[in-house]
Amino acid sequence: MSETVWREWARRVAMAPGAVYALILLSLVFALFTAQFLTLQNLTNVGMQGSVLVIVSLGMTLIILSEGIDLSIGPVLGLAGVVLALAVKQQVGLPLAILAAIVTGGLFGGLNGFLIARLGLPPFVVTLGTFGMAQGLALVLTEGSSVPGLGPAVQYFNDGRIAGLPVPIVLTAIAFLVVYTILYHTKFGTYVFALGGNQEALTLAGVRTRLYKTVVYVLAGALAGVGALVMTARMNAAHPTVGVGLEFDAIASVILGGTSFERGKGWLVGTIIGALAVSVLRNGLNLIGLSTSWQVSMVGTVIILAIVVDSLRGI
Amino acid sequence: MSHLWLSSLSRLAMIILLLVVLSSVSPAFLSVQNLTNILRQASLLFLLASGLTVVILTAGIDLSIGSVLALSASVAANFVQQGWIWAGSLIGLAIGAACGLLNGVLVALVGLPPFIATYGMLWIAQGFAQVFMKGEIISGFPTDFRFLGAGHMAGIPVPILAMVLVLVAGLLVLRQTNLGRYVYMMGANREVARLSGINIRGNLLLVYSLSGLISAFAGLVYVSRINAVESTIGEPLLLPALAAVCIGGTSLFGGEGGIGGTLVGALIMTLVTNGMNLLNVSPYWQSFVMGAIVVLAVAIDQLGSAKGEGA
Repeated sequence: MSETVWREWARRVAMAPGAVYALILLSLVFALFTAQFLTLQNLTNVGMQGSVLVIVSLGMTLIILSEGIDLSIGPVLGLAGVVLALAVKQQVGLPLAILAAIVTGGLFGGLNGFLIARLGLPPFVVTLGTFGMAQGLALVLTEGSSVPGLGPAVQYFNDGRIAGLPVPIVLTAIAFLVVYTILYHTKFGTYVFALGGNQEALTLAGVRTRLYKTVVYVLAGALAGVGALVMTARMNAAHPTVGVGLEFDAIASVILGGTSFERGKGWLVGTIIGALAVSVLRNGLNLIGLSTSWQVSMVGTVIILAIVVDSLRGI
Repeated sequence: MSHLWLSSLSRLAMIILLLVVLSSVSPAFLSVQNLTNILRQASLLFLLASGLTVVILTAGIDLSIGSVLALSASVAANFVQQGWIWAGSLIGLAIGAACGLLNGVLVALVGLPPFIATYGMLWIAQGFAQVFMKGEIISGFPTDFRFLGAGHMAGIPVPILAMVLVLVAGLLVLRQTNLGRYVYMMGANREVARLSGINIRGNLLLVYSLSGLISAFAGLVYVSRINAVESTIGEPLLLPALAAVCIGGTSLFGGEGGIGGTLVGALIMTLVTNGMNLLNVSPYWQSFVMGAIVVLAVAIDQLGSAKGEGA
């Protein structure tokens, strides 16, 4: 029996997405070369800082599965954070402020979805355009400065604990469960996978592909709103440009996690491993003392390498 | 054909409308000095957008132009400031071409989607530029180098001459050479181009390298004009360049449009920016306006033609 079992395992290991290898390799390297990496405090830190990335990457996974891309997700998160902070300052009440942030994200997602699904425009150009729009609105609303001092009620979403667990981790877990259920246990989820496989056939089969595609972007936008809440809580402030670049880490996480731009292939758990790998990479490079500039280049290289290796392995 | 004719007419109307509005708002607008200034600004945008136009004509995209500009200009400026004007400029151009070539390898040989290959390159080049500059600004270049961006020949600013040169060269290549015909064919129908025996890989490598080279050249002109360089100069340039191409009527689906339209697009974008400055619009609105223009231009292009999968 053992040989077939071994073969099966060997096949699985060989087909595992790059994120698995990247996470193990990076963790080993940083554990060997820095004293601080393997401390409980640092690992908690990685988890806390990675939570925003995981939440945003969950939405990005749905989009990439549907053969799309969203470059605007970073600035949309920045804008949602600004809306949250301004609403809190206007004392509309925290629940309403959070709702406003999530709706802001959802609206931008709706705009992206309309332009991409309804009008059939190329996703990367559309979302580069809405990137500029969201960025501009965030700057206009704040006149280019940050909105600090939001108070303990907002900070709870970073500092607080539910059943002993930090709130960002709990929020991330909830977001994962929701997206997981939608993707794997609903008809909608099946269609999302199918959208990436063969949209033409799906449309001919009478499935409302445009609607589902739009909903994917709305969901991703709304998740960026949730991410904005955690991010704003961590800094106790909203900065108009805080999200810029996050879209890049999110795309890297999704691709590392084994979701491909074509053929509707993907794995939601892989995205989480991917996001952790990206977070560990940034954290470790910080510990070693490499500047954020190097990190930018390295994550860019990692994205391209991951895709190249995946295409060579025929995954 | 009537669609194309109509849309170039509407672009002309757009320019005239902008000219009328701006000159009625501000008497300073129609001065020779301001108009020269607009042309000079448009020339920088056009240079950067011209390489992008050729890439888009092949149904590709190059998102890395802004950061390739920043990286090559940063390295070049470092040498130029020490007096190595020619060596520095050539190194800058070589870096731009190398980045473009790498894009081409990833797209043509590895087979990555162009937007993801050049998006990765965007961040790689951006990171290297930051590492190289360490957050500092280099300023004050030798007079000989400043000739490129701030000098005059026969009373005409050199960047405007460079724009005319690239325009003429671009028109000749696109209309009179095999490479030009291949560019349109690859964009219009890749499969047919392949079956016709066109060397797709070789031509794509050439087109992406060219885009990197032109970005580097635009970078040299740019830093020579502002007499300073920092690692972030490329960031705000991608969106206006893309907008110039889209407004210029080059289809994002490839095979349709040209470099002449991009010149018109660059003029319109510069007039819009200039107008917002004259009207004292907060600079924070500019990013929103650029983004909205890109979205509108692409949407109108798509609705106006039957191509593509939508509507």
